Amino acid sequence: MNWSVALPMIVFLIVIFIAGAYAARHMKGTDNFLQEYFLGSRQLGGFILAMTMVTTYGSASSFIGGPGVAYNVGLGWVLLAMIQVVTGYFVLMVLGKKFAIIARKTQSVTLIDFLKARYNSKWVVILSALTIIIFLFSSMASQWVGGGRLIESLTGLSYTASLFIFAVSVLVYVTIGGFRAVAVTDTIQGIVMFVGTLTILIGTIVAGGGVSHIISELKSIDPGLITPYGPHHQYSASYITSFWLLVGVGVVGLPQVTVRAMSYRNSQSMHRAVIIGTIVVGVIMLGMHLSGVFARAVMPGIKIGDQVMPMLAMKVLPPWLAGVVLAAPMAAIMSTVNALLLLVSSSLVKDIYLNYIQPKASEQKVRRLSMWVTAVVGIIVLVMSIHPPHLLIWLNLFAFGGLEAAFIWPIVLGLYWKKGNTYGALASIISGVMSYTVIQKFWPDLLHMNPVVLPIIFSLAAYVFVSLATLHLKQEQQELVIRKFWGA
Amino acid sequence: MQQFNRKPFKEDPRYKIANREALFGVILALINFIWWYGFAYGLGSKPVESFHYILGFPAWFFYSCILGFVVVTVLVIILVKFIFKDIPLDNETKKVGDDE
Repeated sequence: MNWSVALPMIVFLIVIFIAGAYAARHMKGTDNFLQEYFLGSRQLGGFILAMTMVTTYGSASSFIGGPGVAYNVGLGWVLLAMIQVVTGYFVLMVLGKKFAIIARKTQSVTLIDFLKARYNSKWVVILSALTIIIFLFSSMASQWVGGGRLIESLTGLSYTASLFIFAVSVLVYVTIGGFRAVAVTDTIQGIVMFVGTLTILIGTIVAGGGVSHIISELKSIDPGLITPYGPHHQYSASYITSFWLLVGVGVVGLPQVTVRAMSYRNSQSMHRAVIIGTIVVGVIMLGMHLSGVFARAVMPGIKIGDQVMPMLAMKVLPPWLAGVVLAAPMAAIMSTVNALLLLVSSSLVKDIYLNYIQPKASEQKVRRLSMWVTAVVGIIVLVMSIHPPHLLIWLNLFAFGGLEAAFIWPIVLGLYWKKGNTYGALASIISGVMSYTVIQKFWPDLLHMNPVVLPIIFSLAAYVFVSLATLHLKQEQQELVIRKFWGA
Repeated sequence: MQQFNRKPFKEDPRYKIANREALFGVILALINFIWWYGFAYGLGSKPVESFHYILGFPAWFFYSCILGFVVVTVLVIILVKFIFKDIPLDNETKKVGDDE
């Protein structure tokens, strides 16, 4: 084992663990368990809010997968990554204060609470909960596999041992500390990601002899690397641009991100978070992907994309600093996984159990059950990650786009369009998930765009047309909803 | 709309502010997109031999990804400082536990 690389990472794990356990002390004094455990009692300040949003969204792919692709594609892939700057402000601005106000009016703790209050439908709740559980369960597993492999490659421990070290530390603090522990650890993880990004970028530029030198080197390797189109001119403008839906504005439909838009304390928290979030996400995306491109000039000939970042860090930095940089992808994975774990657990406990199985469960029982469910879900994912089944890996490919296609319109139009109703929401969720699954599976390159584009358009059309066509149904209920949501 | 206005109700006055801010978010994203796309594909579609370079970066990349990021950040700060309003989010008239 390379101790000078491993040591900073071990220190990092310990710090995260302590911080998470420390945040868990809030669980004792709370008088509203569910609100505290799944939403941190809506007390997040601006800095923590920004960090938890950015880190939940930024995952292994921002630190390992993405830079690996950038290595092969060149600056065109940095261009694509920079679309994500929009996520730093768009979600909080567009859902905005109205979402925060309505979440309070309806006492929503989860995204599904919001959908339930807006659409008043058992089917919307159950379909949404299932969509979240299935897609996020598989994303969680794939992040965990990534984390295990990363520790394995850095420390030389076996994959299973690496996976356990990694997963158990996350599981413990999420289980006992809930949302607040997640947000507090996300903040530390976000700082590590930010510092790690700057370090590797500077290290790479220095090792490559300055930006001008690196760029001319890249140009001599393949001029396509410094164009927006890639080395074989394979990425058209329409293809890259279509990612504005998947990793840009479409993020407003991701439940793990939107639930955070109901967690802040006051307007000022939101204001600060928008500024900080935009800066942090921009620096991370620019820095990591640019480092990936520059790595091509510094150490050409790497065959496996996922190895670019670890090899680059070991080459251009002293070992202990490489350890700090490589803690960044770990931080990214942990900060994504902890949010997903809690969200899956909230869907099971709050959205399904308390809504339809045992609405009158006592506070004590809910408390015990929530922690048990979180722990058990985590352990199941962990066990499945030891030999990940194909189905899980396959489902994960669909997770991001599937969730966006399902939820973007029921959330956004539910918030801003009074005529949107239950039937529109159901049609939107079903058509979004179905069309996305079919297109992703059979025609992933349809119209040379990301497969999420058409499903988002279909689910919009379904929401609008079905809502309008069923305007006359359940008018009474609709009017009550409107009074509750829009009334003073 | 008629059928919902049978018994007119007063809309939450905070929504006027919230809606305006959301609209600014959408406009900002549009500006962000146009800047990003315009510089990347406006300048980046030329042959590599005729590229200009700024601080070592190809001009299309510098303007689209680096300067673009700075400009968007500045716009976000301007929006937050001068347009966004500090409004209460809590429902002052209703007590916790009261559902309607």
